Order: sequence, then structure tokens, then C-alpha cells
Amino acid sequence: MAEISVKREECVGCEACVAACPFGAIAMEDGCATIDLDRCNFCGACVSECPYEAILLVKEEKQEARQAARGVWVFAEQREGAFSTVVFELLGEGRKLADALGDPLCAVAIGHRLQDHVHILFEYGADVVYLADHPELEHFRDDAYTCVFVDLVNQYRPEVCIFGATSTGRSLAPRIAARLKTGLTADCTGLEIQKEERLLIQTRPAFGGNIMATIHCRYRRPQMATVRPRVMKKAEPVPGRRGELVRYELDPSRMAVRTRVLQFVREEVETVNLEDADIIVSGGRGLGDPKNFKYIQDLARAMGAAVGASRAAVDAGWIPYSHQVGQTGKTVSPKVYVACGISGAIQHLAGMSSSDIIVAINRDPDAPIFKVCTYGVVGDLFQVVPALTEEINKAKRG
Amino acid sequence: MCDLSVKPLLQRVRCRSNRIVVESTNSGWMTASGVAEAPDHINLQGGQVLSGLNVVVCMKQVPDTTEVKIDPETKTLVREGVPSIINPFDTYAIEEGIRIRERLGGKVTILSMGPPQVKESLKEAIAMGADDAVLLSDRAFAGSDTLATSYTLAEGIRKLGGVDLIICGKQAIDGDTAQVGPGIAEHLDIPHITYVRRIVELCPGYIRVERMVEGGYEVVETGLPALITVVKEINEPRLPSMKGLMRARRQEITVWTAQDLEVDPERIGLRGSPTEVIRVFTPEVRASGEMLQGDVQEQVQALVERLLKAGVL
Repeated sequence: MAEISVKREECVGCEACVAACPFGAIAMEDGCATIDLDRCNFCGACVSECPYEAILLVKEEKQEARQAARGVWVFAEQREGAFSTVVFELLGEGRKLADALGDPLCAVAIGHRLQDHVHILFEYGADVVYLADHPELEHFRDDAYTCVFVDLVNQYRPEVCIFGATSTGRSLAPRIAARLKTGLTADCTGLEIQKEERLLIQTRPAFGGNIMATIHCRYRRPQMATVRPRVMKKAEPVPGRRGELVRYELDPSRMAVRTRVLQFVREEVETVNLEDADIIVSGGRGLGDPKNFKYIQDLARAMGAAVGASRAAVDAGWIPYSHQVGQTGKTVSPKVYVACGISGAIQHLAGMSSSDIIVAINRDPDAPIFKVCTYGVVGDLFQVVPALTEEINKAKRG
Repeated sequence: MCDLSVKPLLQRVRCRSNRIVVESTNSGWMTASGVAEAPDHINLQGGQVLSGLNVVVCMKQVPDTTEVKIDPETKTLVREGVPSIINPFDTYAIEEGIRIRERLGGKVTILSMGPPQVKESLKEAIAMGADDAVLLSDRAFAGSDTLATSYTLAEGIRKLGGVDLIICGKQAIDGDTAQVGPGIAEHLDIPHITYVRRIVELCPGYIRVERMVEGGYEVVETGLPALITVVKEINEPRLPSMKGLMRARRQEITVWTAQDLEVDPERIGLRGSPTEVIRVFTPEVRASGEMLQGDVQEQVQALVERLLKAGVL
């Protein structure tokens, strides 16, 4: 067990540690910091914050379970042979990590009839593609994909494996990590290599985006992370670029697949996916009535955008849950996010504050959304939104 | 102890005579076609026979992140006086567990890991209608990452025994990892389905659900025992009833320590956690933006100009 204590004679009562603790575990008693061990997570945030070195954290030495590992692996998520956008972002980021390590960049493609599609992974920078192609692998299923991926890891021993933080990646990666008994960091927004120890330094938001945590996995391999879509820069493709194709021969008898996908039903037909959209136009409580979503849809159409919504609009039953942006909905980071009649509760901000440009349209000049916006328009959305739609249509007509 | 991993899984159990189709929509349970006969009997630990499903819901107590504020001067997190709540996604899991019990019979047990104060949240779940609650609490669990947490919870489920269905919330609002549910399933060697927005069909040995994915949903089936993680759309959690509150007050919460679980000390707490947090910091606050001036037309023109300039239109 780890131990943490405050050296009473060193503590001056500056309270720097109280503010630094993400778990609210430190309080002042008689001018000295005391740590509530029931709340403490032994993260050491207070130790690095204390200017007087008054906090002592003793972590037990973990067993060294490191083996020689090499290569940065990207999970090439696909549906019917079309790779997800996030795969090209992972290849862009993976290239940097691989170069920093001096290792090859590899993509793992699992599916069926992918033969004619994998060349694109080489063009986007993969040096090696591991291909598992089999009818049993046609649809994503955690059991089957875990089995294949783990087999490949055990055979080729990668240093780093990254996945898109999509519904597939966030379902599959934890299962793989648990089977490999290695660490996994969720929904990263920053990755770096610390060269001396070949460590993947992973940064991610927590507490609804209120704090950022930097995490590493020193003793186990591979080092695994899921990466938030649309945060990393896509790789630049080099047409005709080739690499090494390694086929994985599947033995279905070894694989217990216990789930079956019966059907995929496409929704949100009128517009683009929220997760893939470059532009999102969202409506909130300020719309006042479900039929007013047509203003949002018109603007979305003019901008080529997807339609989002705040929790208030979804809870009122104005629009399906699949459109909800925010802590209990989807996390998005488009190039442009237009918030119409959304006050900007902290839960909503958690789902969209990493957007490049935020446009806020709201009647209330004190609405919190204006604190995070790039451009703010104070006004009646029923005037502003149609005028904006018209102006954009005009601009498009040139 | 009932070994979870030996139940038949791959075969399609279609529950003919006692087939129960449960329709869960936003307004609650709708129809039950052909609900006439009692479901199969399930053998529980110690030969006890119980009709219905044995459901375990995993719950996390979290700080109410909506109450978390940033100190404008120090730019750090102010956690003082922040209340602890049941992770909102877990309230949907608890509700779904209770609805299944109401429909099919059986038992709903809430399982959590954390300090003794978590008992309060477990009592809240009992007040909602859960039958029982178990808290895994030991200093040795402190500092667990998602791997150690899912291992520990899986061992708790193993000790409970005879579990048919495990329900977790999609993710917790403090860590936002969504990793513990699939991790538990892997440690127990049972299938899992994430992002479930509707249970279409459920009977002993079989579950079919709608799973939310990018651009739509999938219909997925599997055998039981299995683990699902649920999204907000699945139901609307009830409030605790008066009767429930009374019962919760009386009910003792079972607490299991590391010793009770007979866990591998190498796999729990900080020691069993491969990931380490090396730094925690407050994100840069976005620079305050530009408020566009003038009448509606002027504001809109200024906006389009800026968007064109940024090359995003």
C-alpha cells in the first residue's frame, strides 16, 4: 500500500496543496495540511505543488514487467471498408510518436473484404499493415476483435497502441487492455514521447473538462490510449506510397464469439454525423418550441452542418437524444460550433468547448456561453438565425 | 461459488415457451407479448432456486462536477462543499435493473467500491427500489486505476455468484473513462455490449439490445450472463419512494474488504494500477471572445466575414 503524510514541521499552511488536490482530500487543521485517506487517490498532485516539500508520498516499487517492445500501432477502425476519419488522425499523430521513438508506424485492420482498401493506410503513413480479413470479422464485435488484436500484440510486441475514442474504440480498447493486463488512458487530447524511457505521456480532460491530467504507464506494455476524434491533425497522404502487408490467419475455432450484430440502422438521415461534422449548429431551450428547430435545420443546411442540441431541448422531447451534445450526450470538437439559444451550462460546455471556433447566439448577455465563445451575438435568435442563414446563402452564391 | 464463465453462451437461447418480450421505451415498459409462463429457474449459490433474473448494477459515487468551480485567482479546482452524488449514468443503470426485476422477477444488487461514505449513495439506490447493496471498501483499494477497479469489482461479482446480467452506466462523470464496464466483463470472461439505449428482448439466457453508434444504432444479441453499459436514453430514473426511504434506513449495507474478496494483492489499488497520474492541472481558459456589435444585419455580416476569413465556410 502507498503511504502519504504531511511533515508537520515543514508545512507552513500556505494551502497550495488544498487547491491542487483533484479529489478534495486535503483540509487545513491548526494551520497544517491534513489528508483524508478515504478520499486520497495518491496521485501526487499535492506533492509537486507544495513549495516546501512538506508532503511525503511513498509508492511501492512495482514489479518490472517490461519486455522489449517496438512499434506504434494504430487501430484502423472501419465500417464496410471505409476507414473512420479518426484513423487518419491517429496515423498523423502516430507518425510523430513513431519518429520520436525511432520505431515503425503500423496499422491494424480487422474486418472482411478489406484487401482493396488497406493501400490507403500506407498512403497515410503506415509502414506496416496487419490485416485480419475473415467473414467472421465483418461486423465489429468485441470478442472477436479482442482475440485478433491480442494475438497480434503477443506476437509482435508493440510499444504503443492507439485507438479512436469512438463507440467502437471505447468498447474494444478496455477489453484488450484488461486481457493484456496493461494500462489504458481514455479519451486523450495530447500525446508525447519521453524518449529516455520510451514513455507515452498522455494528457486528458477529467471532471467534465474542469481539470487536465497527465498520465503514463511505466511498467507494462503496450502503452495504450484512446484518442478523442478531431483533436489530432490528419496525416498528409502520399499517393502510391507502399508498405509491408502482414496477413493474420484467423482460426475461428479458437475464437469464442458470443455477441451477434443483427442489424445496423442509420439515423440522422437529413444531415451529417455529429461526430464527423466540421460544423455543428445546436439549438437549446431558447427555441421555445420543437417546431422552431427548423430555423436550426435551415442554418445547418446552409452551412453544411450537423444539428446538435442541448440537454434542455432533448429532455423537452424536441429532438432525439442522439443529437445531444454535452456531458450526458456526445463530446464533439468541430471546426465551428454555433450555439443558438443555449445558455452554456457547464455540462454543455464539457461536450463542445474544444471546438475551434464557437459562435454564441443568445438573448441574455450574461449567459455563460459568451465566456467561452469566439464570436458572440446578443440578440433574438428568431431574427439572428434566419438573417445568418440568408447571409451565408448569399455569400455562397458569391 | 457459481462460476460465471461456464454457462453456455454462444448457442442462441431463444426461450420458446416462456419467451418474454420486453419493450422499453422512453415512457417505460410497454408490451409483453406472450408473457404467461414463469421464466426458467436459475440456480443460485447454495442450490437456492429463484425465478427471474439476478441483476447486479455497478455504481460509483462521484463529486457533483456541476458544482465544481474554478477559483478565478488560483485557477484551480474548488472542491469544498461539493456534494457527492450517484454518478448520473448509473442512475439509469439502477432504474433499468429495477424495471427488469419488476417485469421478470429476481433480484437487483447494487455493487460499489470506495470509502465508507459511499454507503449513503447505496442507500439511495435501495430507496429507489434495489433489493440489496454491497460496498467493496478497503484502504488497499485506494489509488486504483480502471484496470484495478474493474478487477476488484469483478471479484465482488464473483463472490456474489450466480449473476445473469450486469448493468453499468456508460461512464462516470468524474473520470469519464467508460473503461470499467468492459474491463469487468473481460475479467469475468463474459460478453459485453456498450452504449445500450434500449433492451428489446430479455429472458433467462438471452438479451437483445439496441446499441448507439456513430450515425445510428445496431441491434445486438448475446447470451447471458453478460454485461451492458447504458446511456441516458434508456429510461427516466424514478425518485426514491417514502417506503423505499424507510427500508433504506433500516437496511444494513454489506461491506467486503480485500481479505473478504480473497483478491490478488498485486492486482488491487495503486500496486495493481499500471497507469500513474503524474500531473494534474487546470486547462487554459479560452481567451474571451469578440462580441459583435450593431444591429442584427451588421452583426450577421460581421460574423460571416470572420467565418469566411477563417476559411471554414
